[in-house]
Amino acid sequence: MSVRPTILTGGRVLDPDSGHDGIADVVIGRQGRIKEVGPGLASQADDKWLVVDCAGKWVLPGLVDIHVHFREPGHEYKETIETGCRSAVAGGFTSVACMANTNPVNDTGAVTRFMVDRAMRTGLARVLPIGALSKGLKGEKLAEISDMVDEGAVAISDDGMPVMDAHLMRRGLEYSRIFDVPVSVHEEDSCLAHHGCMNEGPTATRLGLPGIPNAAEDVMVARDIELAALTGGHLHIAHISTAGAVRMVREAQARGLRVTAEAAPHHFMLTDEAVGAYDTHAKMAPPLRSAADRDAVLAGLADGTICAIATDHAPHPAQDKDVEFELAANGIVGLETAWGLTMQRVHDGTLTLMQAVQLLTSGPSECFRLETGTLRAGRPADVTIIDPQGAQTVVPSTLWSRSHNTPFAGWQLPTRVERTIFAGRTVFVWDGERGRVGTDAARYRTR
Amino acid sequence: MSPGASTEDTFRRKDLLGLRFLSAGEITHILDVAEQFRGLNTRAVKKVPTLRGKSVVHLFLEPSTRTRTSFDIAAKRMSADTFSISGSASSTTKGETLLDTAKNLAAMHPDIIVVRHRRAGGAMILADALPETCIINAGDGACEHPTQGLLDLLTIRRALGGFAGRTVTILGDITHSRVARSNIWGLTKVGAKVRVCGPPTLIPMGLEEWGVEVHHNLEEAVRGADVLMALRIQQERIPRGGHFFPTLREYSRLYGLNRDKLRRWARKDVVIMHPGPVNRGVELEPEVIDGDWSVILDQVENGVAVRMACMYLVLGGERAAAREGRG
Repeated sequence: MSVRPTILTGGRVLDPDSGHDGIADVVIGRQGRIKEVGPGLASQADDKWLVVDCAGKWVLPGLVDIHVHFREPGHEYKETIETGCRSAVAGGFTSVACMANTNPVNDTGAVTRFMVDRAMRTGLARVLPIGALSKGLKGEKLAEISDMVDEGAVAISDDGMPVMDAHLMRRGLEYSRIFDVPVSVHEEDSCLAHHGCMNEGPTATRLGLPGIPNAAEDVMVARDIELAALTGGHLHIAHISTAGAVRMVREAQARGLRVTAEAAPHHFMLTDEAVGAYDTHAKMAPPLRSAADRDAVLAGLADGTICAIATDHAPHPAQDKDVEFELAANGIVGLETAWGLTMQRVHDGTLTLMQAVQLLTSGPSECFRLETGTLRAGRPADVTIIDPQGAQTVVPSTLWSRSHNTPFAGWQLPTRVERTIFAGRTVFVWDGERGRVGTDAARYRTR
Repeated sequence: MSPGASTEDTFRRKDLLGLRFLSAGEITHILDVAEQFRGLNTRAVKKVPTLRGKSVVHLFLEPSTRTRTSFDIAAKRMSADTFSISGSASSTTKGETLLDTAKNLAAMHPDIIVVRHRRAGGAMILADALPETCIINAGDGACEHPTQGLLDLLTIRRALGGFAGRTVTILGDITHSRVARSNIWGLTKVGAKVRVCGPPTLIPMGLEEWGVEVHHNLEEAVRGADVLMALRIQQERIPRGGHFFPTLREYSRLYGLNRDKLRRWARKDVVIMHPGPVNRGVELEPEVIDGDWSVILDQVENGVAVRMACMYLVLGGERAAAREGRG
């Protein structure tokens, strides 16, 4: 299926993979792949081409999120692969890796294939399933990892269910080496977390809520780093949240171990004070932590210890959130706010623009060994165009996700996703209101 | 969040959610009004028409005997109609959410809902969802139990004549105690010094930030204190596998009060309190519970007066006729 040859002219091309930062044109070929990036290419175009004027805009590789929950199969009332993809492209993401905690759990090739097929039919974004580490996420027996990898799984993880059995984790890290896939881990010792539902600290004491200490994450990170050293497997720490964990990952990398980490925007934007008066939109696992932890996560992003920003996009409808705090579901939607929140950290000087783009493109891509997240010639033409003069006001009811659980309602975020191109086709364009999503989104605005 | 902060010596709120939200003036005012209601409880005819025509729903989603009885007596002595919904009888056991329960109750237009809930923040959910109904928190998880805090303050004020310069030591499981939290907020606001004492496993993080002295040694916590408030070890509320202390016997050895410890360490005129029900021989030995220093039954007696005052005040109190809003 060929696409219309397209040229993106005159934009500021930011491609961390090649280090390119400057005004250039981007040519997309009929195969939906990047053909060429450079100055003065506009003369190639004839009237059959789609010409997108990007003057004054930023042209980036399509954003990559290695940690989302799309809920299908099993929990379609929260999100489906289609609604999740809509949310992704509206937020500038063209590659998303979705966790295995569906129903049935993605612990066989058949479920992996279902997800890939459903995503291909939707045609909006690259959906990369993450297979379960253990059968049924039960933490007892290894799942059939080869079967899932054959069908397209890019990593394995029991995310949401910490692997308490150290021996199983050891074997998982060892076995995963056959396929060279990372093992993404949700680091929380469930004995130490006990019945906790937010960060242990002054806010939890004030609210009378049971707390989860930093040590619940830290002891698991320490354990798994030693298992990575023992096995040579690729340990990837999902949604890192504590200062101690960031320090240990930094030390492990200095030892030469294959240890990587991702951080979620809520962990580098918010602290546990956001729980305020039992705001369930500030309830997540791992929990929002102290200001010192938030700052350590930011430092880890800035110095490269943390290689990726990943949203942990976790849709839950109102009925799962409008309940007593202790009973509320964990997590928030993240795909449509991640770019703007990250840009806030560029505007306040914590990250450079190139670092921010890297953490959302080549950083996660290299970590999960994906072919996207770059504008190199021959790679899929996944491109995100940003209007640096634009701005985004977060209005939950206008989000494309099926669920609207966000603690960022009303936030004003800098810059705006202007257009998202997936495999050479425009799948999202901003229209001044909510934007338009679809494989024919470009129809609404060509030049 | 609780509406309408007030610094005046009055109380004009729609709800009573916690002592954290109240000013010293508001707390003092509630205690003054409760003092007036105290007299009624020893009269031959214990009934006034103050809340005639008002309906009070007791929504108790967690077992309670004394608090519910106290609220019920308080409401009936003011001639309100009362309706009782308990955890086992309510729809919450049929899977209805608290919010839906609240909305359904509101549709029947009660004037006050007195709510006890197993989870912290339960009363606040009701208060936010029901703008027309006064909510009185009768205990929400480990967060607050404001009427207990107020009745404790009234009892202390009657025993000591005031709060300034006085030291109150709260003993036991602070982590899981809403009584401790309400007392800490209330006592520090009205000018008392607060110490807490218990094993480090049962002291939550960050209490020092509230201006509270934290002790793990009973003798140090008892010396010089004007009031010793022992908390109930609530085995039913402590999550399984908490490993907070080895046995009740050992807890009692370290933190239980008996005559001997009091003679050696406590002031002669020390006042002993307990929110009840007491585990005899655990927090307090029988000779302490039943001794002259104990004001435990005064606490219960003051509870009725405090709850009358709270219901009266949330409904607009003496300004009810003028109807200037209760926001």
